[in-house]
Amino acid sequence: MDKTVNQKAWFLVLPVFLVVAFSAVLPLMTVVNYSMQDTFGNNQFFWNGVGWFKELLDPSTDLGGRFLASLGRNLFFSLVILAIEVPLGIVVALSMPREGWTVAACLVILALPLLIPWNVVGTIWQIFGRPDIGLLGYVLNAMGVDYNYVSNDFDAWVTVIVMDVWHWTSLVALLCYAGLKSIPEAYYQAAQIDGASRWAVFKAIQLPKMNRVLLIAVLLRFMDSFMIYTEPFVVTGGGPGNSTTFVSIELVKIALGQFDLGKAAALSLVYNLIILIVCWVFYTVMTNAGVERKVQAESGPAVEPKPSPGLKPVPALKPKEGVA
Amino acid sequence: MARIDLVDLAHSYGGNDAPQESFALKPVTMTWRQGGAYALLGPSGCGKTTLLNVISGIITPSRGKILFDGKDITPLSTQKRNIAQVFQFPVIYDTMTVGQNLAFPLKNRGVPKAEIDRRVAEIGRLLDLEPYLNRKATRLTADAKQKISLGRGLVRSDVAAVLFDEPLTVIDPELKWQLRSKLKALHRELDLTMIYVTHDQTEALTFADTVVVMHDGRVVQSGTPAELFDKPAHTFVGYFIGSPGMNILPAEVRGREARIGGHVITLNRAYDNLPAGTKIEIGVRPEFVEVVAPAPGLLTAKIERIDDLGRIRFARTRLGDAKLAARAPAGFTSSDGDAGLKFDPSHVHVYADSLLVEGAA
Repeated sequence: MDKTVNQKAWFLVLPVFLVVAFSAVLPLMTVVNYSMQDTFGNNQFFWNGVGWFKELLDPSTDLGGRFLASLGRNLFFSLVILAIEVPLGIVVALSMPREGWTVAACLVILALPLLIPWNVVGTIWQIFGRPDIGLLGYVLNAMGVDYNYVSNDFDAWVTVIVMDVWHWTSLVALLCYAGLKSIPEAYYQAAQIDGASRWAVFKAIQLPKMNRVLLIAVLLRFMDSFMIYTEPFVVTGGGPGNSTTFVSIELVKIALGQFDLGKAAALSLVYNLIILIVCWVFYTVMTNAGVERKVQAESGPAVEPKPSPGLKPVPALKPKEGVA
Repeated sequence: MARIDLVDLAHSYGGNDAPQESFALKPVTMTWRQGGAYALLGPSGCGKTTLLNVISGIITPSRGKILFDGKDITPLSTQKRNIAQVFQFPVIYDTMTVGQNLAFPLKNRGVPKAEIDRRVAEIGRLLDLEPYLNRKATRLTADAKQKISLGRGLVRSDVAAVLFDEPLTVIDPELKWQLRSKLKALHRELDLTMIYVTHDQTEALTFADTVVVMHDGRVVQSGTPAELFDKPAHTFVGYFIGSPGMNILPAEVRGREARIGGHVITLNRAYDNLPAGTKIEIGVRPEFVEVVAPAPGLLTAKIERIDDLGRIRFARTRLGDAKLAARAPAGFTSSDGDAGLKFDPSHVHVYADSLLVEGAA
């Protein structure tokens, strides 16, 4: 079939090129440009090559030290909230009702924290946790627990983590609930007949059927927590000291606080790269999980006993690329 | 192994106080003998799955009792009844191998490992699953998965009955026969009570030695395939079983005569005590009505078309408002579309309000 050749068609994609150029490519290139230079204001720039990057990745320098420390804190934070929110989300989803008006009520209540803007969540917890006027802080202190997120590192961390759990566990729970709802009733009936305990039902049916949504939940929660800025910024401002300063907070401090455009640009590029890599890893894992399932379905008939292999034309072996 | 008795069993999803017409399962009393192969046959929504789930314990009946070997097990949970059930869609545990799937019910019951291994190997052999025991169960085809579901039931040595809920729905047609013969073979070998729910009459008639026909929540007849064919107890059975189904015609019946549209058909038996005020119909299978050239003394019908099924031909005719199918003998043709109908009197049944009436000899 001949394709129609019409070079004028390029004009139709031109607007997209322009929009993308001005909204993404040019700003990104500006950042790349900054990351290679040093400036003292006045729009005077000096070439610095990969100097900022070298400094950034060298823990002995001030910039590198701050970056790697905040990166470590950020990864630890993501790990902790995943370790809490995923199991908790599963438990919440499992204990939700299956039918009746209570389902709707549960869904609305669960969705509420998700609808609150980040800085409002931050403000809520900032006030909630204050020892002088906050309900939580006041009650804890009245009970004899010395709780003060402004001066104590541990208290600050606990506050930030509990706040994130409060804000986002619903998301995991809702995803898991959707996964659970898609399990046909026959599975539970069969398990009942097989005499399975509650734990065996969870292990043999519910968890395997939820693994897709759990993967999505982990991905979303990881990305979100890795980019977290607003809530800890509002509650602790990164303190006390630097104890809750995550990468994005550090970045803003360098870029807008110190106006070190070169350092900030280098940091944001590396930050971006990390996120891209993580995205790619997750994407590969997820699509591979899908491929494996598809190949399983295709290779199904091959498993069937062949009554007379000599008489039947044996189908050509299909290459199963990418699957062990 | 057990005989199963249903005593005045009924179930309503709307609770016991709902009007009886709305019951999904209307009161039924019957016995399933130990070692029988039963089919529960009926159209969708007739209550057959409800009955099955009541027996397996998934549903607690609104009223009545279920006895296994005379012991009342109505309040027992599914786990405690020794029942195996195979569902419409294969249920397998994704993360387990075929062998682990088969071992699952025994493991849950705390059977010693050596005994589990022995049973799994035995059932694997019985179901031709031996080569796959160490494979992931998700990788198998639908029919192999159904065999695993069945195997999980059979692996328990104490199983009283195996219930099948339309187990061949998702199986390819050519494999259906294989799997069904496998079931029959298993039934012979293991001496198990098997109850097989289906809406496919071929499946029911080939699998079972007793077919239980359900209609609108009621068991309308239970008998051998031959009984259902020769003597349907309810017009629904006549209509549902056989292809084409039984002809049902409104008629006036007196003594040994049935009168249709002023024409008289002789009957083999005398019907003198028909209940008054009921709707009287006669039923006759198309196999026992023959179309012949019109002649005086024969009922005349208009032929609409003739279906050639290969070994037999059926004429579709119109008799006033009613439709009637009849056997067309080889070489029969009709020039003007008119045909006479010749009834075989020994196979003409009389129904009062859809129920078979036994005549006097």
